[in-house]
Amino acid sequence: MGMIPARFDYRQAGSVAEALQLLASCDDAKLLAGGHSLVPLMKMRLVSPSTLIDISGIAELQGVTDAGSVLRVGALTRHRVVERSQVVAQHVPLLAHVAGLVGDPQVRNRGTIGGSLVHGDPAADLPSVALATGATMVVTGSGGERRIAASDFFVDFLETAVGPDEILTAIEFPKRTGAGFGYEKFVRRSMDYAIVGVAVQAGEQPGIALVNMGSVPRRADAASRALASGAGVDAVAALAADGTNPPEDLNANADYRRHLASVLTKRALLAAGYR
Amino acid sequence: MSTIETHTTRVTVTVNGREVSEEVEPRTLLVHFLREQARLTGTHVGCDTSNCGACTVLIDDEAAKSCTVLAVQANGHKVTTVEGVGNGSGGFSPVQEGFRQEHGLQCGYCTPGMIMACTALLAENPRPNEHQIREALEGNLCRCTGYETIVRAVQWAATNGGAGEWA
Repeated sequence: MGMIPARFDYRQAGSVAEALQLLASCDDAKLLAGGHSLVPLMKMRLVSPSTLIDISGIAELQGVTDAGSVLRVGALTRHRVVERSQVVAQHVPLLAHVAGLVGDPQVRNRGTIGGSLVHGDPAADLPSVALATGATMVVTGSGGERRIAASDFFVDFLETAVGPDEILTAIEFPKRTGAGFGYEKFVRRSMDYAIVGVAVQAGEQPGIALVNMGSVPRRADAASRALASGAGVDAVAALAADGTNPPEDLNANADYRRHLASVLTKRALLAAGYR
Repeated sequence: MSTIETHTTRVTVTVNGREVSEEVEPRTLLVHFLREQARLTGTHVGCDTSNCGACTVLIDDEAAKSCTVLAVQANGHKVTTVEGVGNGSGGFSPVQEGFRQEHGLQCGYCTPGMIMACTALLAENPRPNEHQIREALEGNLCRCTGYETIVRAVQWAATNGGAGEWA
């Protein structure tokens, strides 16, 4: 009984180099980290990779490092670790707060920040944090490391700029020590994906990003620009849905999502200390 | 379409203090490994989509939904199921006793997962307030109780021994 993934071959990688080698040598392989985005898709048979490369044991991809002006978060760091990290709470408090709102405790114990970001789900929480804070994705391939701005990372529905033979290894969040932040997530049940969500990062380089307002996680560009130029809360909130093409489903039609984006932006701005 | 060649892999998990080692297909989910290989049917398959929490077990003492974990991901790790809490000779753990005292169940389907999620909560936070209890149980659905009696069951356990001990 029940939903079971299609057959696949299982490999373990002990290092990034080994994982890259396996990726290059297997057709249609997928990386397995916490598995909390991938395994559900495999159970629904929406994806059926021929090989799973388990990278969860790679020690170099775990944990948070204070790297001067940025916090470097290893891609395999679990949501629960980010949520409880003192250094994250101090320097990127928006990230610590939102990590504690992903799914439910069981999901946060297993799911990883990198896994959530490369999944590229427009309804997921963490992409909005990467976009609002202006994070940089560190991606490793056979040719070495390359860095991708969060704003260039989310390409299409469930598709990111990570190439088929590359691995997201870390995310660098610019420190926002002492700056205000807000995150508003509109749900019917607390563990659900956001019907609409809004992340606000205050400070010298403020940013506003939207959850579930289109086919990709995206920044609210017009609202972010207005905020940076000193516009008031109501004027910024009115621009929140500008340029979006929100999805329609049984929870909300596009107009209602635009309305929510505006209301939630105002609330998140107020929480972040704007008046 | 080419045929995908697969093989079985040995998975060794310490379940409730007992080593269970079996050759399984890599696609075997932990919940099925526990029910069919370890022969422990206390862990339930509910929604099968990581929503309902009926399949909650502890992996290295942290709550996880075993329908969304491959058995190979638990290889070499410690897993605790509802059979592993309590005193081993039929006596209840404080959380189990709390569910009995406060009628924290009706049909019982969600109960094994609830017991494990509540156990993980009390291990981490021995004195949770009502809000913290409700937040900690956001990943466990109950369609009978309305959660009131479950919250009271956790409060009962918190004042009568806490999370208890397990192997």
